[in-house]
Amino acid sequence: MSVRHALLALLSEGPKYGLQLRQEFESRTGEVWPLNVGQVYTTLQRLERDGLVESDDPEGDGPQKGFRITPAGGQELAEWLHTPPGTLPPPRDELVIKVLVAISVPGVDVHELIQVHRRHLVELMQRYTYVKAEAAEHDVGLALVVDAELFRLEAVVRWLDAADTRLTSLPAASPVAAPAMPARRRLEVRR
Amino acid sequence: MTAMLELRQVSKVYGSGPTRVHALWEVDLTVDGGELVAVMGPSGSGKSTLLTIAGSLEEPSAGEVLVDGSALAGMTRNQRARLRRRLIGYVFQDFNLLAGLTAVENVALPLELDGLGQHAARAVGLAALDELGLADQAGRFPDELSGGERQRIAIARAVVGDRRLLLADEPTGALDSVNGEAVMRLLRAACKRGVAGVVVTHDAQLASWADRVIFLRDGRAVDQIARPPGPESLLAPRPNR
Repeated sequence: MSVRHALLALLSEGPKYGLQLRQEFESRTGEVWPLNVGQVYTTLQRLERDGLVESDDPEGDGPQKGFRITPAGGQELAEWLHTPPGTLPPPRDELVIKVLVAISVPGVDVHELIQVHRRHLVELMQRYTYVKAEAAEHDVGLALVVDAELFRLEAVVRWLDAADTRLTSLPAASPVAAPAMPARRRLEVRR
Repeated sequence: MTAMLELRQVSKVYGSGPTRVHALWEVDLTVDGGELVAVMGPSGSGKSTLLTIAGSLEEPSAGEVLVDGSALAGMTRNQRARLRRRLIGYVFQDFNLLAGLTAVENVALPLELDGLGQHAARAVGLAALDELGLADQAGRFPDELSGGERQRIAIARAVVGDRRLLLADEPTGALDSVNGEAVMRLLRAACKRGVAGVVVTHDAQLASWADRVIFLRDGRAVDQIARPPGPESLLAPRPNR
């Protein structure tokens, strides 16, 4: 998450003090991402150095120092908002590796293992949903942050569900090494 | 306290010989008033069978079903039908509202079918809509309502009068996620006021609204989540202020 750009966004509404920026940042992200005040001032100093914000008193310091966004800062913010974030998945998804490995480990019931992870994820989702259910309905910042987390977790549960169904058609106690060979051959043929 | 719904070692077998299928296998489930329980599982896991048996629409092959402390097995067909009308509300994916009736007429209909006069039924129907914050939709017809609004009316109908057991089968299936959330908020609100709710689903987001989640697989209850710990630990550690 870019604190730098979040601060630029808040300053795009008008000049603000450092402390005020921290409070507004936290309230608009549903207080899920706490920010310490040192981080706010360090970031503001860098933004000022890069010409993206300017202060009332470049020499001064302290909580009464006000900041405003510069035209270059506005341009930087607009570019950042419109740039898609990296969407490549992590090179090795740990849960995928665990399920793949479990298929070939003797004595491990892969369906039971999938259920252990499914239960953990749904329990986590219940806790996020509880946060949303108890929050005021107009707290849009919180709802957006919690939704993002819920959709991410749901995607993992759906992958587990799909894995569970696909693996049901496998013969119960067969090690996976055997079907792996023909599978590789098929891939080579396609290439 | 008597459980509103209790399934004891319930099994259901369809067919015989080589085509015999065990849809449910020795399932135990207890749901109290005020509680929302999700039954989660893939297609064919027995979820819908569980719901129809809990709602006395179908009989188990073995085991016992008790609604509000009364065993269904000892009842005549008429007694069961009466219990369904009085105590049990159903919510399905496709709303099932009658197009020629207004929202409040739809909500009041089960009471009228149970012999209550039209005016009294309407008053109780209005009260149910009002309690769920839907009073302003009372006079509207289903085709004047969005999908989400129709499903909320269906929930009001499911809890109208003395109905205290709400059974829902994929109630948000036809809705987008924000409208689905509004439906789940309403279901949760109904349960908070004392209704016992059971919702069957394959959808983890929907299940996450429940107090408890039962996982069904091949007709068996294989796992469950009791009340999860509070949400506090989700929030990152607070820095010193």
